[in-house]
Amino acid sequence: MIDQDFIDELLAKHSYLGFISHEDCLTLSCNRDHWVDFATYLSLEETFDLLVDLTAIDHGEDAEIRFSVVCHYYSRVHHDYIRAHVECASNENPEIPSLSSIYPSADWHERETFDMFGIRFSNHPNMKRILMWDEYPYFPLRKDFPLAGIDTPLPAPDVVEVTKASVEPAPMMGGPFVSSGSGPMSDSEPRAKDESWTEKSEKPG
Amino acid sequence: MIANEVAYNGKVEGDVIVTKADAVINWIRKHSVWPMPMGLACCAIELMASAASRYDISRFGMEVMRFSPRQSDCMIVAGTVTYKMAEVVRRIYDQMGDPKWVVAMGACASTGGMYRSYAVMQGVDNIVPVDVYVSGCPPRPEALLDAMMKLQDKIGKESSVKNLTKTAPAVSS
Amino acid sequence: MSPTTTKEISIGDVAAREAAGITQMEGEERMALNVGPSHPTTHGVLRLILELNGDMIEKCEPVLGYLHRGDEKIAENMTYNQFVPYTDRLDYLAPLANNVAYAISVEKLTGLELPERCQAIRVLVCELARISSHLLGMGVFGMDAGAWTPFMYTFTEREKLYTLFEELTGARFTTSYTRIGGVARDIPDGWLDRVSKFCDELPLATDEVEKLLTRNRIFLDRTEGIGQISKEDALAYGLTGPNLRASGIDLDLRKDKPYSGYEKYDFDVPIGTRGDCYDRYLVRIEEVRQSIRIIKQVIADFPSGAWYAEDAKKIFAPPKEKILSSMEELIQNFMIVTEGPQIPSGEVYFEAENPKGALGFYIVSKGGGVPYRMKIRAPSFCNLSILEKLVPGHLLSDITVILGSLDFVMGECDR
Repeated sequence: MIDQDFIDELLAKHSYLGFISHEDCLTLSCNRDHWVDFATYLSLEETFDLLVDLTAIDHGEDAEIRFSVVCHYYSRVHHDYIRAHVECASNENPEIPSLSSIYPSADWHERETFDMFGIRFSNHPNMKRILMWDEYPYFPLRKDFPLAGIDTPLPAPDVVEVTKASVEPAPMMGGPFVSSGSGPMSDSEPRAKDESWTEKSEKPG
Repeated sequence: MIANEVAYNGKVEGDVIVTKADAVINWIRKHSVWPMPMGLACCAIELMASAASRYDISRFGMEVMRFSPRQSDCMIVAGTVTYKMAEVVRRIYDQMGDPKWVVAMGACASTGGMYRSYAVMQGVDNIVPVDVYVSGCPPRPEALLDAMMKLQDKIGKESSVKNLTKTAPAVSS
Repeated sequence: MSPTTTKEISIGDVAAREAAGITQMEGEERMALNVGPSHPTTHGVLRLILELNGDMIEKCEPVLGYLHRGDEKIAENMTYNQFVPYTDRLDYLAPLANNVAYAISVEKLTGLELPERCQAIRVLVCELARISSHLLGMGVFGMDAGAWTPFMYTFTEREKLYTLFEELTGARFTTSYTRIGGVARDIPDGWLDRVSKFCDELPLATDEVEKLLTRNRIFLDRTEGIGQISKEDALAYGLTGPNLRASGIDLDLRKDKPYSGYEKYDFDVPIGTRGDCYDRYLVRIEEVRQSIRIIKQVIADFPSGAWYAEDAKKIFAPPKEKILSSMEELIQNFMIVTEGPQIPSGEVYFEAENPKGALGFYIVSKGGGVPYRMKIRAPSFCNLSILEKLVPGHLLSDITVILGSLDFVMGECDR
């Protein structure tokens, strides 16, 4: 069990860890320089041999630290998870050391995080996109990227020649209607969250 | 007595039927449509269910689901077409031999369905010409069989003899 | 780096190969083969770029993303209840299990305590989904190995399941049955008897499939010793579910971290020994039998009472009769439908034992009815990561068997 003794011992041994919460599982913040050390410690000294998830959060363009990477480890002995947050130093070129040398399962998770957020993982064996096609110019899960997408050419030129198809933004009229919840009733009426084009503003072109 | 008969009488006509070439060619084509299942997502499971024993698609002569485009007549696009997959669908469509038809099965293949996002092509008709659209998410096997019957009606109305030398059109915008 | 510099060149990069002067070596017949996204053996659109030496595979590079639909971005734009249909289409062979996993993750943020009847319904529905998924997995696995009949038999049983699901939820599959705080509707009268009857008939069908495959000489030759995954590899690559258990690791989230009342039921967890394709098949067949055991226990002791969290005023919409007759319930329903269930801020990670593995939802909420970030940890994504290491060294015709035994679904792999 992950009890208070375990947490105290862990925090005492590793000064680079910060305690965030212990509500659904132990959540720690880790210093970027010791990210790999912590992972090595967990896999070798402690029983956390399963890396279940590695992903990132975009805190918004205005946030001081825009990107943070979150990693979940599971122990079959403690029957519990540890969640570790690490922040990226730069907002324009976020970079984090890769965990794929310790946990091979991190390999694909890191590729997906790069694909969706643009966070590079140094010492990664194969830092390429995994879900979108290689030449896709944007990072979809960033907060400034619209859900409908942005006009880009389709990756296959011979198909485009015949069919004149391209990657177009999806129509958001009639999309899922969600209310903002705040303000007077007339303002908080449900609307589609992404209103790149609606009945009032036509799709350009 | 012969003057009253209108239909085929073996003793008179012998083994000869007189009809239009179109009728025969269309009859042959529509009763043995070999589908090429472009099973991409959940609709593929309903496609498999319509090929299984309860909603037997074999009754219509369509159980020959060869995954080879060269040997099939009809491409059933079952599932979401993403932009990454779109070129693959087009290439396979191009490899099919004429005459060929496309059935867009399900909401995702018809119009993008409930996935209005950056990665999903809003309908496979942006990339291949579609003959029959089937709505549903996923469509019941009965709906798919109804669509195949409509496709059979459409095939029945084609002017096959005139089309013998014509090539299939590219997609219209 | 060694003195003779070794340089990695991607298989498809013809220009680089010629520039580096790589030609065939003596006695070898190298070929790049594209097992393309549209292929009958793959459970969906997976592309494998193989480098073959004759019939032996030297290198394998899986390419994913052909079904990437943008679920995580969509989740940031709709309320929690509006997202439930998207969870159906993740692992579309067992949609009810995904619905339950999602609902429980969101409910963990709220701290809701669900009544026993609701939990029992969820367990029942999860186990039926597990049976459905394993039956299809094994039917298609047999078909990949060349046996057409087990596919037909398992589909007949699945049709019976579809009739049960349709009676309960309204749809054959893609059910969207759970809501945050409960389920969409209570079980109809007599449904439990029909489920019980189905459970009595199912072992006969499972036995028939087993008779056709388990001791079949051809099947054994094709699957024994193929695709062996060691214990260390299975843990290192993040495998979960039957794939992990077939390699010998005893990890089942229903026993390790029980959720939704699983601790009340008595069942065994089949563990394999060698971790090859045959073991994975045996583990799944046995799991079907254990699921039947759980279902019988649930039905025998089915609790009565509320089927939703009755004290969750801002989270679960009250039943239709009350909405249409009373003002307070009408307003409550309006707020929940337009603004979404009001979930407090925080972050949660919850994994459920899905038929494919451990389906996890990591949800970051900043309050309100719409999540800030939702990450779906898909078991098939992690199961497939082992292909790069597993496939080299096998023959080309073993690919179909390996892919069939891993039993993945591209819908959840690509999300």
